[in-house]
Amino acid sequence: MSKIHVTTTVNGDPVEFLADPRETLLDCLRDHLGLTGSKEGCGTGDCGACSVTLDDRLVCSCLVLGVEAEGRRVDTIEGMADADGLHPLQRKFIEHAALQCGFCTPGLLVAAKALLVQNPDPTEEEVRYGLAGNLCRCTGYDKIVRAVMDAAAEMRQEAA
Amino acid sequence: MAKDEFKEFRLVGTRPDRPDGLDKVTGRARYGADISAPGMLWGAVVRSPHAHARIVSIDTSRAEALEGVKAVVTRADFPTGLTGEDWDLQENTMAGERALYDGHAVAAVAATSKLRAEEAARLIDVTYEVLPHVIDVDDAIKPDAPVIREGAADATVPEGMPPNVVRYMEFGHGNVEAGFAEADLVREGHYKTEATHQGYIEPHACLGQLGGDGKGEMWVCTQGQWFIRKMCAGVLGLDAAQLRVTPSEIGGGFGGKTTIFMEPLSLALSRKAGGKPVKIVMTRSEVLRATGPTASASMDVRIGMKKDGTLTAARAEFRMQGGAFPGSPVDMALYCAFAPYKLDHVAHVGYDVLANRPKCAAYRAPGSPMGAFAVESLIDEMCRELGLDPMEVRLKNAVREGDRASYGPKFASIGLVETLEATRAHPNLAEPLGPNQGRGVASGYWFNHNGETSVSLAISEDGTAQVSIGTPDIGGSRASIALMTAETLGIPYEDVRVNVVETGALGVNEPTHGSRATFASGKAAVLAAGQAITEMCRRAAAEWGIEPEAVEWVDGAAQPAGPNAGKFPPMSIAEIAGKMGETGGPISGHHESVPEGVGASFGCHVVDVEVDPETGRVTILRYLVVQDAGRAIHPAYVEGQYQGGAAQGIGWALNEAYIYDDKGRLQNPVFLDYRVPVASDLPMIDTVIVEVPNPGHPYGVRGVGETGITPPLPAIANAIQDATGARLRALPMNPPAVLAALKAARGA
Ligand code: FES
Ligand code: FES
Repeated sequence: MSKIHVTTTVNGDPVEFLADPRETLLDCLRDHLGLTGSKEGCGTGDCGACSVTLDDRLVCSCLVLGVEAEGRRVDTIEGMADADGLHPLQRKFIEHAALQCGFCTPGLLVAAKALLVQNPDPTEEEVRYGLAGNLCRCTGYDKIVRAVMDAAAEMRQEAA
Repeated sequence: MAKDEFKEFRLVGTRPDRPDGLDKVTGRARYGADISAPGMLWGAVVRSPHAHARIVSIDTSRAEALEGVKAVVTRADFPTGLTGEDWDLQENTMAGERALYDGHAVAAVAATSKLRAEEAARLIDVTYEVLPHVIDVDDAIKPDAPVIREGAADATVPEGMPPNVVRYMEFGHGNVEAGFAEADLVREGHYKTEATHQGYIEPHACLGQLGGDGKGEMWVCTQGQWFIRKMCAGVLGLDAAQLRVTPSEIGGGFGGKTTIFMEPLSLALSRKAGGKPVKIVMTRSEVLRATGPTASASMDVRIGMKKDGTLTAARAEFRMQGGAFPGSPVDMALYCAFAPYKLDHVAHVGYDVLANRPKCAAYRAPGSPMGAFAVESLIDEMCRELGLDPMEVRLKNAVREGDRASYGPKFASIGLVETLEATRAHPNLAEPLGPNQGRGVASGYWFNHNGETSVSLAISEDGTAQVSIGTPDIGGSRASIALMTAETLGIPYEDVRVNVVETGALGVNEPTHGSRATFASGKAAVLAAGQAITEMCRRAAAEWGIEPEAVEWVDGAAQPAGPNAGKFPPMSIAEIAGKMGETGGPISGHHESVPEGVGASFGCHVVDVEVDPETGRVTILRYLVVQDAGRAIHPAYVEGQYQGGAAQGIGWALNEAYIYDDKGRLQNPVFLDYRVPVASDLPMIDTVIVEVPNPGHPYGVRGVGETGITPPLPAIANAIQDATGARLRALPMNPPAVLAALKAARGA
């Protein structure tokens, strides 16, 4: 199948790649752009390890075709920390030991960031339901939920 | 270096940031699928759609004709004449005459892109003759069951056993019949557990390269790079030392990444493609269909109890299938089943049975959860019948140091009584329960393991230290080993870098399994640090012109030991290291052994559930894990092990199961249908770390990874009975099963 030239923005930078129309956005990020921070845990939209935002909307990049990124804005885990340092969620994940193997971590961080944009002051239950699309097999979620709530509190304070 | 029991440690027991944290929150950490190589090919595997079939022919011509296809391999490309576990591994890697389960690999292909490799795999024509199959363990043990493999039984199997029984065991002590005669109540129960998968979120992935000269390299997500090396070399007939295996960061393993699956295929394809590296990444459905789930079990337990709760005798007969190969953990299940109880009379019988399922792999405390489900359920039922408090009965019968274990040896230092007492004192037990709510308790046990261990430590010129270990870090072990090393050397935690190294860099290490990493690699690192300290004291002594014995190591510096040794200011590690070139060269320490002094770990869980009488759905309201860690080096990661183990056990208890259709095909090989717990399924998981230090480890470590998966299965069944009066004796206790049990209980 002949490839399609895709022009898009990833983490604020303009990028171009050639995509087989059957390739997912996740494949393109990982295999064409070398952005392997987004993970494939299932390829069927069930684990959230591949979470990215597309024009600020949280998506499973394994369910988006690479060619759909044309002219859009993609944000991945690689863009989460800026020159000033880690995003509060990233810091709190380390501080609360919210990762064991760390494989679910990029997807969880991207999803948690999207959650806090929508709801800066979530209850524990809202965090649990908001992150129910992200599987973690190691932690039992306890420390993840605490880290997200703590980061949310810190971000609210900073915003105030 | 003797450790004062009562001395507060400077670092051990603190909660610093883990050294690999930054890499893992930024997406920089490199896992199995994250590496590519120039000129790399992609591999894809053709798998049997049948549970049991004779492979009549494999026609690879259409695939080979596809542009970009560089190699196709079948079993014909593997050496012949293997025996024992090597043969089992080879047969599981690539089917020979017959496909033995749905998902069994029959061919593999390498091509210039992932899509092309997948396309080529579809062009391989395999002709099968479908054979009768068997899935359930109780069916597989019948005398007339379809035979998985003639002659697979080992010497333990007595004459005349059904053909799929490949291992048989019988052990115990005392006289169980006499014991049962002493009891006021004797009860027995039949229990079943279904197979579950470890469910690590990272699918298996590797990048393998093998030249015609038999030299190769591999990058792979694994719990044990030396196991990968040994097993791949065995299956392919290579010299182990010619294969260099580098472990990637690992996205969970839980025992499932201690063996090989498609790794030898990448090497075989690479060799056939002229030595080009070949990357293979499994799909989730390949992971569920073809990598190690745990065993399924059918169990009978009989227990005798006095009116006051004293156990008089116990007997267990377990049958387990671990797929189409020997190796179900029926032995471990039996060893652990009665381990928390002091028993004068106990008997165990076990059958390892073949069935048309994938070869089971280790899964967190292999076997222990099944045995606990049977035994802890029955004990709970008997406590109810006699009107006894299940906590008191557990304490009354608890094993202590010096007691003979149900499986034979005498227990060394253990902390079961302390664990039970801490459980009893926890406020969760005083929480009131509402309608349809119930509370369940259960204990669990795991031996913990030592294993071959080799660690090297080197002091840098600036007095910082690097530690090379062979056990991949799955849940924070770099942090715990850095803490212990820094504590021993008397330097800051940040001054130690712990590297997980490839097979070429150290002697043989067993994998990160058996809850051994912090115990074994940790102990070896402390002993290696001790060697480096001895050397640094020697160098200081030489400079001061005194005897090395007259120098001691305090707070990261050499100093004269007492006034008689002479008057010199302390010489810091940085000072000694800075002049190592002039004082004798590099300063390092090394330790290798199978470290003695493993400390077993007991746990006790308490769960509160609410059962919806309309739907049968069980909600976990409250969950408590209490477990003896020996000593928690980094308590946050110890809690993490407790919480993660509990969550896996909850999934096993309530929902996870391998579901087969009548053709023996797995019906739920995706995460949507093989549903592991998500955040909204669980409450916070409360933990209590009990610390009864293990005298066999310099800082008292026992190992904490596995025990936690064991108690949830029975604890939840016990809580459901407490809430509803209905007793479930089979897993999973999903809504349809709970509804059926509620109905039966109402009818009764
Ligand atoms: S990989 Fe996309 S949801 Fe699992
Ligand atoms: S930390 Fe391993 S899957 Fe979440």
